[in-house]
Amino acid sequence: MPNSFNFNFILTIADNSLILAQRLGELCGHGPNLETDIALTNISLDLLGQTRSYYQYAAKLTGDRKTEDDIAFLRIEREYRNCLLVEQPNTHFGYVIGRQFLFDVYHFMLLEKLQNSPDETLAAIAKKSIKEVSYHKRFSSDWVKRLGDGTEESNQKMQEAIDDLWRFTDELFFMTEAETEMAKNGVGVDVSTFKEKYYEEVSEILNEATLAIPENKYFTKGGKEGVHTEHMGYILADLQYMQRTYPNMTW
Amino acid sequence: MLVENLNIESHLIPILKTVSDPEIPVLSVLDLGVIREAVEVNGIVQIKLTPTYSGCPAMDVIADDLKAAFSEIGKRTEVELVLSPAWSTDWISEEGLQKMEEYGIARPLSETHDKDVLLGDKKLVKCPQCGSTSTHLVSQFGSTACKALFKCDDCHEPFDYFKCLK
Repeated sequence: MPNSFNFNFILTIADNSLILAQRLGELCGHGPNLETDIALTNISLDLLGQTRSYYQYAAKLTGDRKTEDDIAFLRIEREYRNCLLVEQPNTHFGYVIGRQFLFDVYHFMLLEKLQNSPDETLAAIAKKSIKEVSYHKRFSSDWVKRLGDGTEESNQKMQEAIDDLWRFTDELFFMTEAETEMAKNGVGVDVSTFKEKYYEEVSEILNEATLAIPENKYFTKGGKEGVHTEHMGYILADLQYMQRTYPNMTW
Repeated sequence: MLVENLNIESHLIPILKTVSDPEIPVLSVLDLGVIREAVEVNGIVQIKLTPTYSGCPAMDVIADDLKAAFSEIGKRTEVELVLSPAWSTDWISEEGLQKMEEYGIARPLSETHDKDVLLGDKKLVKCPQCGSTSTHLVSQFGSTACKALFKCDDCHEPFDYFKCLK
């Protein structure tokens, strides 16, 4: 894989969508009720579609005969650049919603900036995606409020998930070398510029959901530089199984 | 409604009309507004197709169907997927919206009204079965990415609402 800043920058965005899509895909047929099952898999499909657009573009940039599938299926764990948040497991529905909510608010703000990128392809993907992500954000925010402001048990479970996932939020705003370089040349996005706005919006919704804003100041990171949590290997084992077992197989 | 001149050569239109959305078979690709360009260059039909949603699995089917439709009249077709400008529900033709309603899918409202109904604040979506606007949202996500699930409070029929995308 080429080590260009542009390539890695695209993967930093796209891998989040791929891994979250994979996580949500695990819920297909297992959602807590039919409507939620359909919603989560719809969101998964949107994210996967966005991933394909990014990977097709990244594959083109490599200049050799790489395809989107090579990028999706044939990298080792250390080469995936997704943040730790999206790889966290579907522990219970509170976690599914908490993870989605904490990511959606960030994702929307990122696309708001990326759609103004002078890179036409990235701007086009962002403009397309942001319409979809606005629906994702609405869905996850609504559920945070419904669970937080629901029964005693739903409130406690939603709070547990938010408390537990909070430590992964700071990494969203960590700038990797590729992101820094791409922000410098104007194509990329300086994610640190909307960090404050992010925590404001998240806090506002948590307040409305009668949930406490975690006071935890211990944050963890590493995913964006390829150092993942123990869950990542299992995700990739599922994701890559077919291509690793039957190389170059097609439908 | 968005008025724009698309470069679609008139002699290709009859064939394009025969290709429909696999999920909403009453809508042709022209009704849906996903064909952004269709020209014939040196005997090869070149089509620019735009997806409704990024992950819409219908796009691959539509591309294959387009190729099949033109190959029946002995023409080779190249289909290119274009993302920009992003598809909008404004691009569905008026004829398409009518066909959609007759098929049982409520048409997309304006952006502000769409927000109001999807947030569950207002009752504006018209039941395609009985015409009542006394309807309520069941789920923001329906049978496909582009639809939400509603239920009519008068005739009690559940139905799809085509979400506004702008």
